[in-house]
Amino acid sequence: MIPAPFDYVAAESTTHALDLLDSFGEDAKLLAGGHSLLPMMKLRLAAPTALIDIGRLTELIGIRADGDELVIGAATPHAAVAASGLVRADAPLLAHSAAQVGDPQIRHRGTIGGSLAHADPAADLPMALVALGGRVDLLSQGGTRSVTADEFFTGFFETSLEPGELIASVRVPRQPGLAWGYQKFVRRANDWAIVGAAAVNGRIALANMGPTPLRARAAEQALAGGASAAEAAELAAEGTEPGEDVHANRDYRRHLARVLTRRALDHLT
Amino acid sequence: MQVEITVNGQPRSDDIEPRLLLVHYLREVCGLRAANVGCDTTSCGACTVLLGGESVKSCTVLAAQANGRQVTTAEGLAPEGELHPVQAAFRQEHGLQCGFCTPGMVMAAVGLLSENPHPTEAEVREGLEGNFCRCTGYHNIVRAVLAAASSGNGTATEERTEVGA
Amino acid sequence: MSILGTRVLRTEDPRFLTTGGVYTEDVVDERLAGACHVFFARSPVAHARIARIDVSAALSAPGVVAAYTGADLADLPAVTPGLNKQMARTILSADKVRYVGEPVAIVVTEQAYQGEDALELVDVDYDPLPAVVDLADALAGQVLLYEEAGTNVAGTFGDPDALDQHLFDECEVVTTRTILNQRVAPAPMESRAAAAAWGEDGRVTAWIPSQAAQGCQASLARQLGIKPEEVHIITPDVGGAFGAKFGAEPEAVMVAWVARQLGRPARWSETRYENLVGMTHGRAQQQTVTIGGKRDGTVLAYRLEVVQDSGGQVRIGAVLPSLTLLMTPGPYEIPRAESVATSVVTSTTPVGAYRGAGRPEATAALERAIDLFAAEIGMDPADVRRRNLLPPFTQPHRTKFGALYDTGDYVAALDKVLAAAGYDDLRKEQAERRDRGDSVALGIGLASYVEITGMGDGEDVPPKENATIEVHPDGTATILTGTSPHGQGHATAWAMLASEELGIPVDKITLKWGDTDLVPEGGGTGGSRSLQHGGSAVLQASQELIEVARERAASELEANPADLRFDVERSAFEVAGDPDASVPLASLANEERLVVRTVFTQPGATFPFGSHVAVVDVDTETGKVVLRRVVTVDDAGFVLNPLLAEGQRHGGIAQGAAQAFIEEVVYDSDGNPLTASFADYPFLSATEVPSFELADMQTRTNYNPLGVKGIGEAGSIGATPAVQNAIIDALAHLGVRHIDMPASPQRVWQAIQAAKGNA
Repeated sequence: MIPAPFDYVAAESTTHALDLLDSFGEDAKLLAGGHSLLPMMKLRLAAPTALIDIGRLTELIGIRADGDELVIGAATPHAAVAASGLVRADAPLLAHSAAQVGDPQIRHRGTIGGSLAHADPAADLPMALVALGGRVDLLSQGGTRSVTADEFFTGFFETSLEPGELIASVRVPRQPGLAWGYQKFVRRANDWAIVGAAAVNGRIALANMGPTPLRARAAEQALAGGASAAEAAELAAEGTEPGEDVHANRDYRRHLARVLTRRALDHLT
Repeated sequence: MQVEITVNGQPRSDDIEPRLLLVHYLREVCGLRAANVGCDTTSCGACTVLLGGESVKSCTVLAAQANGRQVTTAEGLAPEGELHPVQAAFRQEHGLQCGFCTPGMVMAAVGLLSENPHPTEAEVREGLEGNFCRCTGYHNIVRAVLAAASSGNGTATEERTEVGA
Repeated sequence: MSILGTRVLRTEDPRFLTTGGVYTEDVVDERLAGACHVFFARSPVAHARIARIDVSAALSAPGVVAAYTGADLADLPAVTPGLNKQMARTILSADKVRYVGEPVAIVVTEQAYQGEDALELVDVDYDPLPAVVDLADALAGQVLLYEEAGTNVAGTFGDPDALDQHLFDECEVVTTRTILNQRVAPAPMESRAAAAAWGEDGRVTAWIPSQAAQGCQASLARQLGIKPEEVHIITPDVGGAFGAKFGAEPEAVMVAWVARQLGRPARWSETRYENLVGMTHGRAQQQTVTIGGKRDGTVLAYRLEVVQDSGGQVRIGAVLPSLTLLMTPGPYEIPRAESVATSVVTSTTPVGAYRGAGRPEATAALERAIDLFAAEIGMDPADVRRRNLLPPFTQPHRTKFGALYDTGDYVAALDKVLAAAGYDDLRKEQAERRDRGDSVALGIGLASYVEITGMGDGEDVPPKENATIEVHPDGTATILTGTSPHGQGHATAWAMLASEELGIPVDKITLKWGDTDLVPEGGGTGGSRSLQHGGSAVLQASQELIEVARERAASELEANPADLRFDVERSAFEVAGDPDASVPLASLANEERLVVRTVFTQPGATFPFGSHVAVVDVDTETGKVVLRRVVTVDDAGFVLNPLLAEGQRHGGIAQGAAQAFIEEVVYDSDGNPLTASFADYPFLSATEVPSFELADMQTRTNYNPLGVKGIGEAGSIGATPAVQNAIIDALAHLGVRHIDMPASPQRVWQAIQAAKGNA
């Protein structure tokens, strides 16, 4: 319930944050909204010795259009993404996804960068980013690099973030007017998805069907080949490695993946 | 470390350890114990307060993160001896029994109505999905929030109800 | 105008809404100044011997004042359960652990934040033993939790050898099934806590959130090995209890022990994890129901066989099956019925009382059996119920199980709820959906119930409660009650009763409870007893006070007491026919205190009853259940304050519904709890339940002057089987006959698949 002791510094800029990351080393963690990290620290599943607070850096907060992409600062809270007129117009799947995270209080604090860096395969935003084919801008003392959603999630709660790197912003393609589907199956409103499915523009992403958000590639290919939503959805579980827990065993998860994919695809017609 | 936080309109300066959770800052340092700790996993909302006017779960915010900001708790919704319209509605509709979830529930409701002044019943229930209650079955809580909304004063600070009225 | 029966707003509320209730963790008291903080290291394994336990590293952590293990508490008496003396245990185990979460060491710190740091340094070596989780394994007894007992059976109720092999001989139709009334967590929003300080007079003052301070006093004294007079219990505001806050928890005993040991006040409050593994769980019965009768719907015979999972210790849960068996036939006229129960220990959290405490289990089993029978003969479950419910009665009706039902009109309750729900229209809509082949199925579930409230302490011991009422010269009044409200609104309700008799406004009447120095005797609040016992006592005390005051008024007015009339409106005595010759009630307290203490005794328990209808949508593709409506009749006699009574019904219905389709405590086969946080335990939130529809019915009891029975648990008793039956009803056309609780999406989906497989 109480985190182990740590040092705390409020970074004054992203440059300062990177300097602090460098000087504190591997036992330091970045803190934005803290709604993925602090719950872990309170259960003592994580015990960084230093927290570098980037949650109020204005350069990391905000939503803007940049050509054919929307750019969202990594420290932008979910509530802002969900309410943004720009996101709702140009990437409504993302706005909807952000509105599904947790509950209103969590959405006031949790950030898009924090959620992606946490990389919970059952979470909303990782799945949404994969469905949209977005990318993340990573900043380090060495400069910036961009990683696509398909490459960013590398394992169970693991990303391609290197030590000394932070997520500066998240980019998604602007697709105004494009139909999208989003299905989050839960037992209780506040829960993480038992299974989730998001579909847009020929891409289908699944949550909680493996150690990372997954593309339902067999279903995508069937769709591209002219299959109906129902036919394509039959293939949704191919290539997945669902786990088992109190909510669902593997068979049931595979079944849900098929049903939810079909329902998501139904919104695209 | 030093934090400067304005709590219920009162600026404060306190020396705290970095890991001090905002909820414990409010309870132990400020002596404001209406917000309660009901869980370990940011699930139950009994600790809900307003940070910069937005509802947050104070068990998952470090006091350090509130440095330089404004916090409002249930104790600060109305002057002493009076009830904020949401508090009055909870009383009118019997939206509390044991009271443990109530300050957090009220603050979540105030936050909800500030963003959605005229919610439907479904929106109220979804808006309170982060606040658990074991006693009321939520029925009268929902009635209270809808009543506060329809009185048009869910967020207003002008109208007050005398305690005991 | 009588205030009784009106919707009086709670006088308690303003402070709860603004400064908040003062729960045990909030208490600021000079006696607790400088208190140290107590923490418990808990077993991470379900069943093991403690090979070695070392607190030396913890002792050197920052702020640690002391650390103790079971060996240090050897002077405390063993706890010997009445049900089975071979299953004794110590307050803090020194040799063996029997469930994940069992305390194994105490760490005491200066500041609260230092506790978890120090706990990480407590070093324990466990020699694991096989876990005993499955009830069949527990009964087989190959691995024993209490070696001295030679068995895992803690006790039996009824006589298994006396079961009648011919019970169902005359039945045209017989069906049997083993079903689960699953383990749930009471999970009040306030977890357990305690604070203790020893005075120079050698007495301990303990702040404990309890449902019954006087019982808590006796319990704490017994476990500390001291006399009850040496214990002073103060009950702060209690954040919910639901049956799980009776007596003094082992941790509370240890807090008091630490305070004595260190000569310094001590306090403790648990985390939610500790609450979900350390507070007693509820329900946890395996039930085999067998029901038989005629094809015309007449039930002829019913048998209930219960295996009660008691968890790792013999606590209240182990004896609750006796109440289940008492209520075996419920509201029905069943010519031949019998029941037996066996309580077994397992390496899981101990089981205690939870809203209904043994009676919801009886109703859930019976209502499932009725529906199974109805499905077997192809009859509408409403018609089966109506055919078999006892006809109305106003004179006590004794069942063959020894329960004496006071008053009841079960068919009227059923008909009323069916009308309120629009039952026929619902069946029509269900048929239409089935004809269309809708993938979202509509289900309608029923439950009829009767339950026992306000029991006495033992058989043939009439229940009672005391009340003291005092009128002060300033026109206010104070009531002392032996009940112990924790959300039920007694401060308002008891004030209404006194106000009715004394003419003093409700907001000028103060209620006090839960302090054993102020109120040395009392039965607390549980078993839905408070209004019938405690409220009647308040009414009686008020009436007796008027008579005491009458004598004083008579001498003041120099009149004959018989010529005086008490005018409630003015709260004054007046000479009949001469309003100017009057004296206010309060002034009669000027010279001498105007105070009366009385004890109200009730002939026996009362039996509220009702019927529930639940309506669900079941998505047959995913198994997800949406609860659309719950319509209820809960008849607990006269309704003193409809606002409060409705609140109790809402809360009970929500908890009952939650058990049917949302909540469950889950252990893996090694005895590891998988639902030990509010993220994992599917605690009901506002989005899973609708607003409820309550119909009003008031069949008074003759057992007390108010005509009231108990309402607190009724909602949970009816809702669980109504919702469960609704879910199964939704899928009946697919061949589903039963789904165990909770009807989680996966369970529902698996039931549909299994029925398809059998098609």
